[in-house]
Amino acid sequence: MTGKNIIVKYLARVEGEGGLNIQIKDNAVTRVQLKIFEPPRFFEAFLRGRNFTEAPDITCRICGICPVAYQMSAVHALEAALGVTVPAPIRALRRLLYCGEWIESHGLHVFMLHAPDFLGYQDAIRMAQDHPDTVKMGLQLKKVGNDIVTLLGGREIHPINVRVGGFYKAPRPQDLAPLVENLKWALEAAVKTVRWVGGFTFPEFQQDYEFVALRHQNEYPINEGRVVSSKGLDIHVQDYEQHFVETQAPHSHALHSRLKARGAYFVGPLARYNLNFDRLTPLAREMAREAGLGPVCLNPFQSIIVRAVELLYAVEEALAIIAAYDKPEQPAAPVEPRAVTACAATEAPRGLLYHRYRLDAAGVILEAKIVPPTSQNQGIIEADLGQFVSRRLDLPDEQLTWQCEQMVRNYDPCISCATHFLKLNLERG
Amino acid sequence: MAVKRKPRLSVWKFASCDGCQLSLLDCEDELLAVAGAVEIAYFVEASRAVVKGPYDLTLVDGSITTAHDAEVIKQVRRASKYLVALGTCANSGGIQALRNFQDVNDFIKAVYEHPEYIETLKESTPIAAHVKVDFGLNGCPINKRQLLKVINAFLQGRPPMVRSHSVCIDCKLRGNICVMVMGTPCLGPVTHAGCGALCPTYHRGCYGCYGPKETPNTAALAARFSQKLGMSEPNLVRAFRAFYANAPAFRQESEAHDR
Repeated sequence: MTGKNIIVKYLARVEGEGGLNIQIKDNAVTRVQLKIFEPPRFFEAFLRGRNFTEAPDITCRICGICPVAYQMSAVHALEAALGVTVPAPIRALRRLLYCGEWIESHGLHVFMLHAPDFLGYQDAIRMAQDHPDTVKMGLQLKKVGNDIVTLLGGREIHPINVRVGGFYKAPRPQDLAPLVENLKWALEAAVKTVRWVGGFTFPEFQQDYEFVALRHQNEYPINEGRVVSSKGLDIHVQDYEQHFVETQAPHSHALHSRLKARGAYFVGPLARYNLNFDRLTPLAREMAREAGLGPVCLNPFQSIIVRAVELLYAVEEALAIIAAYDKPEQPAAPVEPRAVTACAATEAPRGLLYHRYRLDAAGVILEAKIVPPTSQNQGIIEADLGQFVSRRLDLPDEQLTWQCEQMVRNYDPCISCATHFLKLNLERG
Repeated sequence: MAVKRKPRLSVWKFASCDGCQLSLLDCEDELLAVAGAVEIAYFVEASRAVVKGPYDLTLVDGSITTAHDAEVIKQVRRASKYLVALGTCANSGGIQALRNFQDVNDFIKAVYEHPEYIETLKESTPIAAHVKVDFGLNGCPINKRQLLKVINAFLQGRPPMVRSHSVCIDCKLRGNICVMVMGTPCLGPVTHAGCGALCPTYHRGCYGCYGPKETPNTAALAARFSQKLGMSEPNLVRAFRAFYANAPAFRQESEAHDR
């Protein structure tokens, strides 16, 4: 055999439009390209000239799956710029809102997008014919997350209640009470989910990754923390652009982000878990161990277990926040514009999401920079695919192509985010 | 005896955030029932399996922004008995239609170091600018309850019933206190209902994300914003030039203040 090409024109079960081209010559992988065809939408350009108050409503339109993440990075960056510190109940409500998005997004990915690969189904609808109760449980878990976002945000996609400084309207403790019973059910369901995915068969695979995530002094990171890595990086988010750089590849509409010192790096649930295992709840740690994970997990195929563990964590955290919640005196802290530049990063379901804004004295945005998780993971996804395929060249094309797709889905790529599409072309030439 | 085939549903995405097609997956209580009533023949976000057309009902999410997509939508139309456009992107061009008001090359240069790698058209345009659309469901994002009603109507062979009144009517039905009376600018009087008057219910002004209602009097509303609430001309432009910037009524109003 001289060679061949593995080509996936349109990668399924990911958010957005992308594909994959893998070229194989003389039994060696010669080229791997994660191709992103998602048409560019130029958010960073049209944010220029908008009022800072519009940033949470505009940037959430980058992604229908993780709008809360965009809203949270936007408000934290702008509040850092304008010297606003929000009262504790508002901070708690934001964490609760984000827990809702983690539950919804991880529920969608674990049950609808990734599990069918492990069990050999084309999709969750077909999986539901053989595993009806499991798929129904997954949908209900996802719904519990969406219910939190809907209650706090007004609707599950593009919530309307988030503003710089806090919220337009803050709920009373009794408004949150109806969530509790469903969250208690979700706690049991999340435990079952960790056990279910822990029983899957995982291909042996790992590389020497550099994991990057936020780390907070005493919480599992969601909205705040220092940017740390498994190879010793430990910086304030203000210094992010001194250490990370975005470059452009001809085959992609997404920018690739790299560590200036060491190149490709890994963000997302696996990175958060590996850098913050000690910040999980005792139950989440215990369930991770029962599913066969240690405090560090290096196999990206096992990210489905980590997502289930984070889903469990988010349910527990949501319950804890609701139990301790007091209504803030005002739904938002006062905010006054001034000429300034500042940034923030939060943990989107798919990983670190960085925003930076430069404002004029009236609060008009002069410049915006947004680095979504999938831009950061592109380099690692391509490196993984190269390694993975080179060890499995003897597999039939159809099987190898499906496994490559599964590998890409380990990262839950969000291509609308990254272009601000995925085609798998496996070329054996 | 011939077995009646299930109607075939296809779901397509162009330039968008994915939120409108995700709305179908967000119907957690109804998704399996929908999947039982139709054959989900093409829905890349949800399935690897691809069934070729023709399709009985096609849902389209996203606007047309590349020459490639302008060709694909024609093929999708030819393969589809009914085609429904979902959301602001498919119905008016979306937030990315803000490029239509500027030189797109300036936008590319602002985001990308190598503009020569980027394939894009000068304008972001709705699906109806390229092919016949049988029904447009508006919203950013669409309301998933309305989506289920629209799917059901087409499966029953009758026209969808989506009310075209303004957000104001929904606000009255909910018993909200008018936020304009409290001094907050609100696009509710000129905006298509469907969200359930969410923003005023959460004590903020409507920002028009369901697009213009039928025959909206945008000039009267803009005059009120300006004269009673002291809104500046640049802010009037921003108010009408956002999620439905390219919809004719909002476009004309924003251009009237953009001098």
